[in-house]
Parts: sequence; structure tokens; C-alpha cells
Amino acid sequence: MGAERAARCNRMPKLLVNGKAHDADVDEATPLLWVLRDTLGLTGSKFGCGVAACGACSVLVDGAPTRTCVTPLAAVLGKAITTIEGAASRAPWPALRAAWIAEQVPQCGYCQSGMLIASLALLEANPRPSDGEIDAAITNICRCGTYPRVRRAIHRASASLAAPGK
Amino acid sequence: MTQKSAPSNPRRRLLIGAGLAGGALVVGAVLFYRPRDRLVRPGNLPTGPGEAAFSGWVKIAADGTVTVLVPRQEMGQGITTALPLLVAEELDCEVSQLRYEQAPIDSVYANATLLADGVPFRPDDEGWLAQVMRATRFRVAELLGVQATGGSTSVRDAWIVMRHAGAAARAQLIAAAAKRWNVAAGECRTERGAVAHASSGRTLAYGALAADAAALDPPGEVTLKEPRDYRLLGKPQARLDIAQKTDGSAKFGIDTRLPGMHYAAIAHCPVFGGALQRVDAGKAKQMPGVRAVVELARTPTSAAAVAVVADTWWRAQNALGALAIRWDEGEHAALDSARQHATYSALLAGGRARTYEDVGDAPAVLGRVTKVLEATYSVPYLAHATMEPMNCTALVTDGRCEVWIGSQAPTLVKWYAAGAAGVAREAVTVHTPFLGGGFGRRAEMDVVVEAAAIAARLPGVPVQLIWSREEDIRHDVYRPLALAKLRCALDGNGAVAAWHHRIVGQSCTQGLTARLLPLAASDLMKDKTTVEGAFDLPYAMPNRRVEHLLSHQPVPVGFWRSVGHSYNAFFVECFLDEVAHAAGRDPLDFRRAMLASAPRQRRVLETAAQKAGWKMPLASGPGIRAGRGIALAESFRSIVAQVAEVEIGPERALRVRRVVCAIDCGRALNPDTVVAQMESGIVFGLSAALHGAITIKAGRVEQGNFPDYPVVQMADCPAIEVHLVESGWEHLGGVGETGTPPIAPAVANAVFHATGQRVRELPIRIA
Repeated sequence: MGAERAARCNRMPKLLVNGKAHDADVDEATPLLWVLRDTLGLTGSKFGCGVAACGACSVLVDGAPTRTCVTPLAAVLGKAITTIEGAASRAPWPALRAAWIAEQVPQCGYCQSGMLIASLALLEANPRPSDGEIDAAITNICRCGTYPRVRRAIHRASASLAAPGK
Repeated sequence: MTQKSAPSNPRRRLLIGAGLAGGALVVGAVLFYRPRDRLVRPGNLPTGPGEAAFSGWVKIAADGTVTVLVPRQEMGQGITTALPLLVAEELDCEVSQLRYEQAPIDSVYANATLLADGVPFRPDDEGWLAQVMRATRFRVAELLGVQATGGSTSVRDAWIVMRHAGAAARAQLIAAAAKRWNVAAGECRTERGAVAHASSGRTLAYGALAADAAALDPPGEVTLKEPRDYRLLGKPQARLDIAQKTDGSAKFGIDTRLPGMHYAAIAHCPVFGGALQRVDAGKAKQMPGVRAVVELARTPTSAAAVAVVADTWWRAQNALGALAIRWDEGEHAALDSARQHATYSALLAGGRARTYEDVGDAPAVLGRVTKVLEATYSVPYLAHATMEPMNCTALVTDGRCEVWIGSQAPTLVKWYAAGAAGVAREAVTVHTPFLGGGFGRRAEMDVVVEAAAIAARLPGVPVQLIWSREEDIRHDVYRPLALAKLRCALDGNGAVAAWHHRIVGQSCTQGLTARLLPLAASDLMKDKTTVEGAFDLPYAMPNRRVEHLLSHQPVPVGFWRSVGHSYNAFFVECFLDEVAHAAGRDPLDFRRAMLASAPRQRRVLETAAQKAGWKMPLASGPGIRAGRGIALAESFRSIVAQVAEVEIGPERALRVRRVVCAIDCGRALNPDTVVAQMESGIVFGLSAALHGAITIKAGRVEQGNFPDYPVVQMADCPAIEVHLVESGWEHLGGVGETGTPPIAPAVANAVFHATGQRVRELPIRIA
């Protein structure tokens, strides 16, 4: 890397993924999804539609669920990005994952990273979501039809988070 | 009482059937089949250090880990748990010891049941011709050795051989322990992962015996457990693939990462059957990261296309947009759905049909009576829209080819990658990660042929080809557009006297054959899938005729979850509802009356109705019209009934609020998985009923992504209840597809109940 370019990189806000800073030498218009998958090798976030319709690519950006297939890198530099690979650092995660396993939610599993991220964001913002609030928050697409189990798992995680001693 | 293996083998009975038919010696030879033939160990079976392979199906490691080789692909149906359980039950080990591994490609793993099920006979036809045809196909499938996952056949195909594999390994472990203790094998028994000698109190864990045991000859005959002694089968078991599907670590084909890997994006000719005329790649080749632009001619297996290879997929996809491509649109640039409908309507009225069922004389009865009920139904083309878009990774080096793909037919991947890469079949290695949805789409070889051809142009460079969602929707092999005309005459008692069902559409089997073996595709070949769910009804109807009119269209069609059942159940069960209404009968009672000699079907129907509270009043509110509908469909040897409860709001907004489902699949091997598959099939079918339509204009598919090809989401997913009706292990049926067929007619019939509007076309539109 040339000295000038190195200096520019050092001035630039960094890409912060799961608590680690990266110098992504990528065009800033590139959607975050492809930076995560092809440049950083984090394949847990999935490509499903490319138009923010299905949510398979969801990650948290400063805690907000974000569809990375339409989010340019430039928009997230300097912000804290949490992908499924780093989800364990979030408080509701153990309860959420345990609920997911207890309800045997996944089938093919492809959309599940996005479902889990969206559910994680929901529980962080609203620890006791109603069915209506789940409908509004979980707009991810699943072709295997895991929706009834996703709903049950969110309720189960929510109950377990509210249980005494938690 | 124990069950001896040989007489329990249904295929042995076929020998007798064939013999009675006139001493068909050749057929007899074809039919000679023993499960033991499939217990040989393939040469390419990978074994780790300390692992002993007993057969191609099971390995036991020194630490006691039992690894079951699973030759079917996991696409959500839970097969990587179900098949290991078959081995574990007979082997007598703990579920906690159990692991699975994807089996290599070898003919011992062929799915013979898939081909055998395809014969154009009713599944309940036990006549000698049907049996001989099935058995012949079974043997042909074994000889071809095609490993394929589909047709809801995996458990049925594995049922005998994998239990035998477990029992044989158990016998070898007992023999090894007996030898070590110098006692008779008969004095030893197994206790969940260990062999025990009762009189001396000694035990040895399987891990300690595995190496010795695997070196012994497998027993000539094994005794399988009686179902009442099952400890694992039929009891809920946690799936073995869930942990990695809840932390992002599960690897799908699209997650393959290799050193130096490049990515390819692709644009296919937008018009079906078109060709590439010219491409100006000057600008694209100057773009950062672009490595190559590859032109792909049309083949029987794949459409004409141009691909760009770059260091990231995003760069490849962007460069694709910078290409100036001129397509030769060919002869189908005027094709449109309205014209197709008109063609099909004309065919329905007078085209020459192939008859699949002809009992009594339906046309004569219909010609005699004055009052004939008649209706025309239609369904559109549908895309699969698997969540993971089509993709395939290939590496071609020095006459060898390596492929990574989530595929329903890995054996075919081997053959077709070899052809496209220009290497020998033996020089192809196929890696099979998880499938991000299959539904029939991943039985196709188009993306394999493309990836291998692109990789062959860049020797030594691994290339991952990913189709955009738009390419995936516009270049699918579609569930056929189909129209049907149904006519029915009632007798003096209001029962069905005659039933005549004519269906027009393309043949999925012919389509696939034309793509894979063009020379073998012929109009002479009957295709059961065109009439399944129509020619095999359980209802008593004294005169019935079911026929199909074959149409050829440039739109490729293929297997879509439940195939012909996906439309025939809608045609039959909705029209039956119309007939019941005309007869002044309750739709449930009307069906029940026709199921007097079909007790399993009647029980499933009654269970769904009873659990749904069929005759109970419906909850409603101001401006809300509520309704309930029922449908029964038997597919892949399982029987499913569903009751849908709908409400139509003031803005004509249709909401399906509850679905009650009953299934008889014989016995549920892993009950929670059966429930999950019913939920899955219902949501899949509901997406089609409420939203799904692929339409053609100017030779092109008009839809391209989820915004214009919507599917059911959380907010419009009904509450689903599933009830298992169990009739015995001898009636094993499939579950991957069987939840789909009844949902569209159940909802459509509920709409009629709520509004009086008959729904004769999908997707449902409230008038």
C-alpha cells in the first residue's frame, strides 16, 4: 500500500464488524453485504433478493436491523456492525438461540441468520412483543414457512428473559 | 415374534406377481433384489482416523461416535436426522452418539423409489403390470445409480436398507465381543452403545469393538426389530442440523470460499429459446476486478447467456450491466400468457387427449342426463423462488473438475459438469453443502453446466457463479400453467354418477427429459405427474374419465413441490365443493359418503373436520365475512386433509386466520419433523394460492423479484395446527410435499363459504 493511500486509510472512518476494525479497500458504493461475504469472508449473512425485500442479509448497525444488500459501505463506516457471527455479544442472544433450538425453528436454514438478527433487534427494543408487534417487526421472507415457529421462539425467548433471575 | 428380513421385503412379492403373469423370466431376473446388495462398502467412502466402516451406511469411531452416511440432501426436510435414526434404532445406540455425514456419490446410494414411483399407474394399483413396471424402474434406477432427493421418497427408499445396515453392524459388534470373551454370541446382547454378557456382567462399548467388528463378515440374514420395540422411531428427536443453522455457521453452496476464488454474474437471454447475437464487452473489461467475459451458447440444459467473472460478485454484477448485449430473440418473442390461455381453452374444448383413467362410461352417462355441472379452472406458471438463489462453484484443473453445489441430484451434477468442463465423469468430484431450499428447482442442471463451462475457460481459478434473484425468477423451470374442465352428473340420490376431468398443460417429466436426455424425450411417454391427484382419487365414483392434453410451450417446466398435485387438488377439491353445493349437501358429509370403502382417507378427513370444529359457529365481527373450507388430497402415499378458516374484511382483504391439518403418513418417523413439513407445505401452497403468478409477455417473464412475486410473510401466515393420524409403519408415505396440495382448495372453498364467490382461478382474487 502506498504511503499516501495508507495515510488516507488512517484518516478514514473504519469498518467496525463484531468489535473488530477493518480497512476494507473496497469501493464505498459497494453494498455492505458483499463486503461482509466476499471481502471479510463472513458468510452468515445471506444474499436473497438484492432489493431489501427478504431480509436474509440483515445485520445490526448501531443496534438497528439493517438490510445490507442495499446499504452502501459508505453509510456504515464508523458505525458498530453486528452480524450473526457476532450476535453472541448481545444480551438477549443466549435466550433467543435457546428458544430457537427448543422450537426447532430452522428448516433449510438459509433465511435464519436474518430472522435471528431481526428477532434480536426486536427483543432489544421491546422485550415483551405482542403478536402484532412481531408481525410488524419480522418482515423477513422464509420459503420453508418457519413463521409459526419463529413467532413461538420469540415469545419463548421473551418469557425466558422476563423470568425471575434473568 | 420377530420379523425375518426376506419375506418382509415387498419386492420379493413382485417375483410371484410377475410369475403369475406368464413366467416372465427376464422380469424375474430384474426383480431379484436383496437389501444386502446395498450393504457393500463403496470404494470412495471417506474414513477418518480411528473410524471403522461397517458398510456404506455406518461408521463407528474408537470414541464411540456413530457416523451415518446420508445419501440424500438436506433442504429443510430433516433428512439428515431421519435417516441416521433408522440406523440407530437397529444398531441400538444413543442419539447423543449419532453424527451424520453426506455420503459420497456411488450407485449403492441410488434412489430407486423415486423412479419406481413415476410409473403412470395409480399408487394403489397393485396389479401385476403396475408392479412389474415399478420393479423394472426400480432396478433401472439402481443400475443407473442416480442419487436424487425428491418425490418425498427418501425415508421410503431407505426404510429397508438403512435398518438392515444398523442391524448388520450390531450383529458384527456382538460377534466381535463374543469372540473376545470367548463366549457364544447368543449369550450377548446390546445395551445402547455397548455389548453386554449377562452371566459374567462384562460390557464393551461399541467404540472399543468397532475395528474388530468391521473386519468381520456381515451376517447373511438379520432379524429386524418389531415396531412395538422401537425406542427411537416414532418419538420426537431434536434435529442434528439445528445448532449450525442458528449461529450462521451452516454452509450452503453459496458460502463456498476457496483460495483465489472469483465470482461470476450472469445474464440469460430474456426471451425463452433465444440466442446470443453479439456482445460488446469493451467497457466491462476495463472495470476494476473484472477477469473475463464468457459467452455461453444455448444447450438443451441451459439458456443462452453472458457471464462476467470478477474478484467480487458485486463487481461482476456491475460489469454485467456495462455489457452491450444483442440477443437474437428467436421465434418466441410474441409469446404471452393471454394467448397461451386461449390456446389451452381451445384444446380443452376439442383437443386429442391421453386417457389416464377410464372406469365405467362417464361420457355416456354425462350425455344421457339433462343436468350436467360443469366448470373450468386454471392455475398460472409458478417460480420456485428458493431463498438461496441458483449458484454453483467449479474449479477445472488438469483434466479434473471439482464442483460445490447444493443439489437434489449430485450424480447428475457429476455427469453434467463433466460434459460442460470437457473431462471424464470419473474426474469430477462433487461437494454437497446444504441447499437453501430445493422444492424441485435444485434437481436441474442449468447452473452446473454454466459454472463448469465458465470454470473451464479459467483453468486453475475456482469460479462461483451466482444468479441474481431476477435471473432466478425469470429463468426458472416453472410449475406448469394448467387449465381444467370438469363435468359431473349426479344420480337421483344426489351422489356422483359420472365425473369427467380434462386437464391441459405441459409435461414436467418430458421437460426434464428434454433438458437432460433430449433424444429420449417423446410424446409417446405418458407422464403420471400431469394427472396425479386427479386419476387416483379415493372417492367412489362409478363412472369416471380423467385425461390430459399435452401442450408444447417454449416456457420450461419442472418439478415444483408436489408437482401435478399442486394444481389437480385445487381443480378436484374445488369442483367437488361445487358439486356438493349443487346436491344440497354439506361439503364434509358429501365427501364422507364417497369414502365408505376408503377408511384411512375418511378418518383423516374427519379428524381435520373435528379438530377444526367444522360445524361450530365462526367468529366474526362488523364488516367481516368469515368462512370455512375443507379439502382432502392424497399424494406421495400420504393422506392429508385441511380445514381453512378465512375472513374477508371491508376492503375485500382476504386473511387466512387458521389452518387445521390432519395427516396419515403411516407412522411419523420423527413426529415434530412431520408437523414442521406440514407447516412448511401449507405456507408454500398458501403463497401460491394468495399471491403466486408468473406471467409471460413478449416472450419474457414479467416478474423478477419478491416485490412483484410476493410470498406469504409473518403477518399473513395463519395459525397452523397439525394432527397426526397414525395407521402403521406398513403405510409409510412421504411428507416433504404432501402438505401443499390441499391448502389452495381449502382456502378457495372457505372463500365461497364466506362470500358465495366461486374461486376458479389462482391466485385468489376477491370480487
